[in-house]
Amino acid sequence: MSGTPGSATVRKSYRTLARWLETAPPDLLQARSRQAELFFRRMGVTFAVYGDVESNERLIPFDVVPRIIGAAEWEHLEKGLKQRVSALNAFLKDIYGPQDCIKAGIVPADLILTNPHYRPEMQGRRPPGDIWTHICGVDLVRTGEDGFLVLEDNCRTPSGVSYMLENREMMMRLFPDLFAEHRIRPVETYTDMLLASLRASAPEHAGADPTIVVLTPGPYNSAYYEHSFLADKLGVELVEGRDLFVNDDIVFMRTTEGPKQVDVVYRRVDDDWLDPLTFRPDSTVGVPGIMAAYAAGNVTLTNAVGTGVADDKAVYTYMPEIIRFFSGGDPILGNVPTWRCREPDALKEVLDRLPELVVKEVGGSGGYGMLVGPAATKAEIEDFRKKLEADPDDFIAQPTLSLSTAPTLCGTELQSRHVDLRPFVLSSPAGVRVAPGGLTRVALKAGSLVVNSSQGGGTKDTWVLDD
Amino acid sequence: MRIRIDHETRYAYARPARFIVQTLRLTPRSTEGQQVRDWRIETDVDARIRRSEDAFGNIVHSLYTERPTDSLTVRVTGEVATVDTGGVLKGFPERLSPLVFLRDTPLTHADPALRELAGRVGDGDPLSRLHRLMSLIHGEVTFMVGATTPDHTAADAWAQKQGVCQDHAQIFIACARRLGIPARYVSGHLHRRDGIVEQDAAHAWAEAHVENLGWVGFDPANGVCPTEHYVRVACGLDALGATPIRGTSYGGAGERMTVALRVRHMQQTQQQQQRQGWS
Repeated sequence: MSGTPGSATVRKSYRTLARWLETAPPDLLQARSRQAELFFRRMGVTFAVYGDVESNERLIPFDVVPRIIGAAEWEHLEKGLKQRVSALNAFLKDIYGPQDCIKAGIVPADLILTNPHYRPEMQGRRPPGDIWTHICGVDLVRTGEDGFLVLEDNCRTPSGVSYMLENREMMMRLFPDLFAEHRIRPVETYTDMLLASLRASAPEHAGADPTIVVLTPGPYNSAYYEHSFLADKLGVELVEGRDLFVNDDIVFMRTTEGPKQVDVVYRRVDDDWLDPLTFRPDSTVGVPGIMAAYAAGNVTLTNAVGTGVADDKAVYTYMPEIIRFFSGGDPILGNVPTWRCREPDALKEVLDRLPELVVKEVGGSGGYGMLVGPAATKAEIEDFRKKLEADPDDFIAQPTLSLSTAPTLCGTELQSRHVDLRPFVLSSPAGVRVAPGGLTRVALKAGSLVVNSSQGGGTKDTWVLDD
Repeated sequence: MRIRIDHETRYAYARPARFIVQTLRLTPRSTEGQQVRDWRIETDVDARIRRSEDAFGNIVHSLYTERPTDSLTVRVTGEVATVDTGGVLKGFPERLSPLVFLRDTPLTHADPALRELAGRVGDGDPLSRLHRLMSLIHGEVTFMVGATTPDHTAADAWAQKQGVCQDHAQIFIACARRLGIPARYVSGHLHRRDGIVEQDAAHAWAEAHVENLGWVGFDPANGVCPTEHYVRVACGLDALGATPIRGTSYGGAGERMTVALRVRHMQQTQQQQQRQGWS
């Protein structure tokens, strides 16, 4: 029931679930599904969708059928993720330091140095503990029996972890008997891991009990729910820019007992908006002077400023070489084959094969500004062709993948739907850790390959089995 | 030549500010072309000032006021001994690759009209192309105070063919980058040969990176490369990156900024003092 649609074999990790479903009453899943929606509404788990005028906030659809990953398979994934994120961190340390990987010809200099996400302000700077990518979300897809490929890295301010945690809580509530029949590794420990990781990343002067805050752009941000959720779980203050100020190169938080020094800012504000004295002067959601405090080594920002250059889609295409260069070994997790449209031969091939390819803007995210050839109209394809010809550097292309599917409740029956997986990887001077699970996103439209919640995708709980 | 600079920036608030945070890029750095002597930063209210250096090699000060105030004056004074280097910058610590200065910024984005201007420069070696570019801008953009604001982009200024030194410099930068030549914005001071000491605003020009020469200054507002009459203070990707003062006030409202700037040639000063002494 997992694998290619219509295949008769059931993946080993799903056998217990398959048996359980066979004996369950026919309308059980629908009933549980309705219950889940009710719970989520009551809890106010919502997500704002850009460009959707009708409703500012709506629920991301939740599918009650879990996605299950076996122990051996997870072990492999975990190794690969640790290797990849360690390489991303080493890459950033190098880019903002000696730039050996440019000198060695691993990545082209112009791709990095003219990249809008490369921050010249960070050149020569070393964040506390040399950690840049404190919190990463790596998007994976399974394209066959032999494992997962990385679709993209997210090392700016990846979101979605609250869904991983909420989905688990919901499933434990809805299907306690299923949890009794499986040995599922806990994801609930994520916030403890995160807190430990943030503490270990604090500047040295902060001592054993650093003051940590979550910085949000505010309630109008699409991920505000997650920001408040995380602050709550971490037991730290949720602040907006105006709750912080910088004096004498030190970051302070306003409290009822007076100003309190802040050591770690888990910021969910993008680089551009972080400090109006360094970046966009019109930012009202940042903290004036925070970059001076950062440069003085008095505060840790997670993630570090300038990490966007590592998850840029054009840099992504060099990740296998980057991993080899910094880890000395072959990548455990491969990349999806990708054409770099900045290379004339690649561009020509992409233009010839547009109707069958997926084309993405290198700086885009969230499924915006992409072309899915097989699903596009002739007019859309021709429109995109013009964009590609005008600015080939701005695009990459990938084959339309035969993404794996997972059983999903559609109306009254289970159907195969395409899924991806975003595990969360935490880095600190104490090491790299991966939460056993992640956010499984599912394309709810039959045949659709776009799993982004902004494009009508849903989520599932992800189970990693212990044996 | 010895140039004496007295640069005062005053902020007045209709409603007092509880607290003011500023980033100052007001302090020149010694290079082969300029020796900085007795440079001071003073404020007329109590403030903490922290010195650091940014990735562009600029000397930066962070300023934090100590108590509520309805005005703040930041005054920098000092003397710089300059020599003519033919516009070539030497002895400046470069942390960034020149390639960084090929980046687009909102203020220096080349729209079709600027691309057309870049196209008019024609072929040749980089240095002569840059000189042609400077002449074109100098010839076609009228120096006019008040025609633009600091928010005006290179494209805005080129469209109206009017502006101040900031606009000339940003047009130059946008076009040079379009020609594949790294370029950056420089803020600084110009000693005026016409004897005028009091100035309304600091000066600005551009630097372009030329193979085998390094960074070379171009002042398209005046149509010349910097000489010993120039004092280089800060550089950045565009005017915003080299702004002398960027700040925020908490609680302050109705902010008004005024600048008083005197750039004098020391010999001239001494002569005047001596003359006055004799009369």
